[in-house]
Formats: sequence, structure tokens, C-alpha cells
Amino acid sequence: MIVAIASGKGGTGKTTVSVNLARTLGTKVQLLDCDVEEPNAHLFLKGKKVKEEIVNIPIPQVDEALCNGCCECGKFCTYNAIVTFGTVPLIFPEMCHGCGGCTLICPTKAITEIGRRIGMVETMESGNITLIGGRLDVGVAMAPPLIREVKKCLQNNLPAILDAPPGTSCPVIAAIRDTDMVLLVTEPTPFGLNDLMLAVDMVRELKIPFGVIVNRMGCGDDRVHDFCKKENIPILLEIPDDRRIAESYSRGILMVDALPEYRSLFQSLILKVNEFEKTRSL
Amino acid sequence: MKIALTTSGNDLSAPLDSRFGRAPKFLIYDLEANTFEIVDNEQNLNAAQGAGIQSAQTVARLGVKALVTGHCGPKAFIVLKAANIKIYNTAAATVTEALEQYRSGKLTEAAYADVDGHWA
Repeated sequence: MIVAIASGKGGTGKTTVSVNLARTLGTKVQLLDCDVEEPNAHLFLKGKKVKEEIVNIPIPQVDEALCNGCCECGKFCTYNAIVTFGTVPLIFPEMCHGCGGCTLICPTKAITEIGRRIGMVETMESGNITLIGGRLDVGVAMAPPLIREVKKCLQNNLPAILDAPPGTSCPVIAAIRDTDMVLLVTEPTPFGLNDLMLAVDMVRELKIPFGVIVNRMGCGDDRVHDFCKKENIPILLEIPDDRRIAESYSRGILMVDALPEYRSLFQSLILKVNEFEKTRSL
Repeated sequence: MKIALTTSGNDLSAPLDSRFGRAPKFLIYDLEANTFEIVDNEQNLNAAQGAGIQSAQTVARLGVKALVTGHCGPKAFIVLKAANIKIYNTAAATVTEALEQYRSGKLTEAAYADVDGHWA
């Protein structure tokens, strides 16, 4: 089973939930850090790096001798990565999403592909947890292809927890697509509610089953709960607004290690997720 | 010869828009006939990326030989140069004022992009 941890708002506790859930599970588990623009799950796990791979995306390269200036490549490219004026095309590598369309559409086969580095995928072993994290290079804005590379490391026979980026845009979609369940982490504040509503629209559009986790319970108001009740969305976990949780987080120590009394919270979450999995497979 | 000016309005008295890539409209002025047409650039106003590149292609296809605008970013600059379009930056408030500056030779051709991408 693949469970994605997402949120509309940033800083609600996706990584906190991801790493503590992975640790509490106690069996072999894959933890995927798909927040490739600012990966941080590794900060909470001790272990050693076992693999490091460079990720490239294919970008076009034009053979000027073969180009007849027909402009078909430029007309095709929806990202404006290739521009033509009846002369040899201009290429903007940083705009290219690596779809390969221009190479297919070129009637004279003047376009071939070369690799452009966008980031790394790093694998770390920490006890039962295999952490696979993407790290986008500084200055690169192309997160989805790197997230897809991280997800290619998934092994079907093992459960997986996937730490998604915040928001509701392309990188999040790339991360949560094809997962079995999404846990939306929010906080009981007006900002938390606003962005939760956007995230709920997103997962409904993608038709992925989901539940809500309320972090920092007690710091705000009841509107998140009222919304979930009205929309018939299960709240699967409430994490209290406890200063000691923030303190352990700031030291890079897992909540379930520093404050064992919270282990039962994550155990109950595992039970609820498993229950959900059972009802789904019936 | 035709030149392009960036604007948010529909006539010569309209404000000159300081952005090129995300200008709402282009006013295409024919210097011989003293006529103009307005070309909508609405699709680029909300483009996620490549607005400058797309706008440069748009004005290139219109056959203009010069662009008078507030600022021009690096990618648009490359495309405009490839299309042999001269670029002139101005702080003029209106299209008329910018046109006057151009006609009287008060503007100098830009040698490089004067802002980074996504500057506004």
C-alpha cells in the first residue's frame, strides 16, 4: 500500500507525520521524500547513504545541417522551449519539460535529445526504513520529472509512505498520483482550512481516497472540524499543540522517540489506514 | 515600417505598459501610413512560463521591425534579436509619448535585456 502525506498549506506537519508514521510501523517500509525542492525527511533519520543517482531530462539538440526551418517544433512546444522563425530553432533548456514531442514532430529528423541534469535521487538505509529522496538542483524549476524518478524506486512488495510537497500544483499531483490513499495534514487555523479546502478539491478530482490529520490541535478554532463534518471527511489523527513536539523536531529527533506517549497516536493511525485498506479490497 | 508598443488600452492616448512579456496588448503602429492596430496578448498575461518568448514570437509574426516598451527580459531579448527586431526601453507614460520619443530619435537601442525574467 502506498500512502501519500500531503497538505495545501506548507509547514503543517507532512514530514513530521511521514517520519513518525514510518518509525512507528516497525516493519520494513519505504519512505519517499517527494518534496524535492526542499527535502528534509533525512534530517530526522540516522543512517548511511547507499545509493546516489543523477537525474537528467532529455532536451532537444538541433542538427543545423538537417533543419529546413519548417517551424513545426516551435508550433508544437506548449512550453515555449523551442522557438523558430524559419531559421534554425532557438532552444531554451530551462523551459523544456523533456516530453520529446519536438523530436517526433520534426519531419527532417534534425532534432535529437541530450541530457540536462536536474537533480539527484539519494537512497539511505535507517533501520527498517529505506529513505528515497529527490533533491532538485539549485535554480532548476522542473520538479515533476524528478518526483517521477523518485517514485520509480518504489518496490511493489513493500509498504510506502510518500512525503509530498505542499500546495496543489503540478509537483503535488506528480507525487500523489497513483497512490492508494492521501492523508491531508492541516492545522486548525483559517489558513489551514483555506488550503485544506483546495487540497480536498484536488484529491477529489484525482479520485484518491483521503482522510485528514489535524496537527497542533488546540491552537486555533473549530472550523476545520466543522468543514470535515459537513463534507463527511474522516479525521484520522489529531496531534496536540505541544511545545515539546516542536522542541524535539528542532533537534531533529522523532516525536515518537522523544515523547513515547505519542506513539499510540501513530499506532491508531496505522490501524485506521489498515482498516481502510481492508474495506477497500473487499 | 511597423513598430510595436506595449499598452493596456486601445488607442494612442492609452498608458504604455512597462512589461513586455505580460503586456495586456500590443499597439502596432505603421509609421508610413500613420495607422495602428491593437493586438491582444491576454493569453500571455496569465501564462505560467514563457510569456516573454511567446510575446516575442507574436510581435515577430506581425512583421514589426522595432519594439518600444518599458522593460524586456532575457529570453524575450534573445528571441527578438533572432527576429531582427530592435528594442527600445522607455519610461514614457503613454503610447503617444513613447511614439514621439521614438520618432524624434530620443531612444537608443537596447544592447541587452534590462531586467531579469519574472521581474514584475
